[in-house]
Amino acid sequence: MAQTLFEKLWQEHLVEKQSDGTDLIYIDRVFLHERTGSIALSSLRADGREIFCPEQVFCCMDHIVDTYPDRSDETTMPSGRDFIVATREGAHEAGLTLFDLDDPRQGIVHVVSPEQGIVQPGITLVCPDSHTCTQGAFGALAWGIGSSEAEHALVTKTLRVSKPKSMRVSFEGVLAAGVSAKDMILHLIARFGASGGSGYVLEFSGSAVADLCMEGRMTLCNMAVEFSAFTGLIAPDHQTIDYLRGKPYAPVGTLWDDAVQYWQQLSTDKDATFDREIVIDCTDIEPQVTWGTSPEHAIPINGLIATAFGHEAQASGYDKALEYMGLTAGQPIAGQPIDCVFIGSCTNARISDLRLAASILRGNKIRPGMRAICVPGSMQVKAQAETEGLDRIFIDAGFEWRASGCSMCFFAGGEHFDFQQRVVSTTNRNFESRQGPQTRTHLASPATVAASAVTGVITDPREML
Amino acid sequence: MDKFIQHLGVAAPLIRSNVDTDAIIPSREMKRVSKQGLGEGLFAGWRYLQAGGRDAAPEFVLNQDAYRDASIILSGPNFGCGSSREHAVWALAEYGIRVVVAPSFGTIFANNCIRNGLLPLVLGANIIAEIAAWVAQDPCQNKVLVDLPEQQLQASGEAFNFEIEPWAKRMLVEGLDAISLTQTRWQTIDRFHRHRQSLRPWLYQH
Ligand code: SF4
Repeated sequence: MAQTLFEKLWQEHLVEKQSDGTDLIYIDRVFLHERTGSIALSSLRADGREIFCPEQVFCCMDHIVDTYPDRSDETTMPSGRDFIVATREGAHEAGLTLFDLDDPRQGIVHVVSPEQGIVQPGITLVCPDSHTCTQGAFGALAWGIGSSEAEHALVTKTLRVSKPKSMRVSFEGVLAAGVSAKDMILHLIARFGASGGSGYVLEFSGSAVADLCMEGRMTLCNMAVEFSAFTGLIAPDHQTIDYLRGKPYAPVGTLWDDAVQYWQQLSTDKDATFDREIVIDCTDIEPQVTWGTSPEHAIPINGLIATAFGHEAQASGYDKALEYMGLTAGQPIAGQPIDCVFIGSCTNARISDLRLAASILRGNKIRPGMRAICVPGSMQVKAQAETEGLDRIFIDAGFEWRASGCSMCFFAGGEHFDFQQRVVSTTNRNFESRQGPQTRTHLASPATVAASAVTGVITDPREML
Repeated sequence: MDKFIQHLGVAAPLIRSNVDTDAIIPSREMKRVSKQGLGEGLFAGWRYLQAGGRDAAPEFVLNQDAYRDASIILSGPNFGCGSSREHAVWALAEYGIRVVVAPSFGTIFANNCIRNGLLPLVLGANIIAEIAAWVAQDPCQNKVLVDLPEQQLQASGEAFNFEIEPWAKRMLVEGLDAISLTQTRWQTIDRFHRHRQSLRPWLYQH
């Protein structure tokens, strides 16, 4: 019978069906980070439970670590050291691979895993982190779980999951100049609501997805969780294979050929059916920016605040969101003065994102008095950017150039923006106080963030291309 | 884990869409490598006047006398969306919340609830509004009763049936530990594991 890619992956990992209606799913690889992984590891130790397959478990230091150049285990976040030390000790004790603070491979988990070739087509990969869906860009079934589920996966090599439904989201047509993957996913969420993907595994397809580079595909899948999807994925193609070739954990020798042969079978059969289908015409998509406190509050950059698709359920929270953001409905979003910009996170801090931002920043300066920060997604991205001289462009424009980590993607008590500051950010969440106490976050693409940095107001990047 | 059979309690209305896990427990409140000590940080951004402070914001529902002892929360769609942090559930549990009633939930959050003895209970927005209005007449008297085996919520003299996946119901009603349950399937898992090593050998090359 014709199958979707998701069904093939599910079948491939189905250990057995359980009498309670769940499926026992085999988990190939597990990632942990110091914020939630530390708790999972210490809880396992307290319960006297052992990790079944430690060679398939990887740990990153990213969430709590500082991103200042001379960083150490001591963090701006009070007690951050405890999380770092607990993770390091737990990882060593259990024999896990750790990308520690001083490792040149260190970075944000969802950037590091692809960079090292740890995520591969056809595998299941979980991490106690909701943006694990990023890695679905490789045709893997990769999803975020809680700490208890992480313990379950570590000890039993499986998870009990009730099978999600499937949805195909086809992005057809060609993106306009100045529009990127970030705008595609914000558009989708705005149009169908922040819970529009609830209960589904999304398969992103269509000509515009095929045209995206692997990094753009990761951006797209990254925000599947902001659409409340179980996860997102994209069938592997020649780009996927080219990306993985030669990566440290990629197969080598004849096994590479075997793997590629298998990967090439990983696509949805022609006659397969999905539980739901959405088709989006990309010629409609303009650069997007959010005005409120949910990713569904995205509007075209030339749009008016608190308008656009206006579902009833969405509109119910508009007053609170407007009050929090200090904005008035019906006003243009473009031209809003901002205090800060942030380029970073697992959504948009890969080398192609930095190149794009740098192309707009080159020869320009940020508006005086503004704060601008760039945190590369990994130390490898940072090194690559420095080889290309991008760091100079950022620094000359007035940006802080940091070491890698999650940094101001979220406020953990350490690095943060200040009270009620208005930030345009390449991150994925504009929740209340996500980037600092009462900070007002506007989500946008790296191009929009760079353009806004130069003018000091929310700016359409197409004006600066 | 404690079994969840029936629960009778004060229900607090927090009717808004997309209550995310950052709002349930802000990152800055997750200070220790521990599942404990999180109740105080529950809804900190709304519950206290200042970030990191402890002065109660009077208008926040759980700071009002009538709702202070709430063990049930009534909310809007997509409750618990966002970050996978299980701290959100640990914080709710430590505060004393046993049930959250909402039209829909973030998937990871709902899963985390089940694993910690909390019931994510799905009812329509209209019904939730009706219950909230009835509760508001006298929150301490008008308590809400939840009967999980019967899949029923009783309020305002009415009984509302709700759906729950069989596995989730069983885990809660029997207070099961998922890891122990899965370990009974060990032989099957081990067989699968060996088979996979020969089927996809490149995953075990490094
Ligand atoms: S960069 Fe932000 S969204 Fe990504 S893993 Fe880190 S905290 Fe989460």
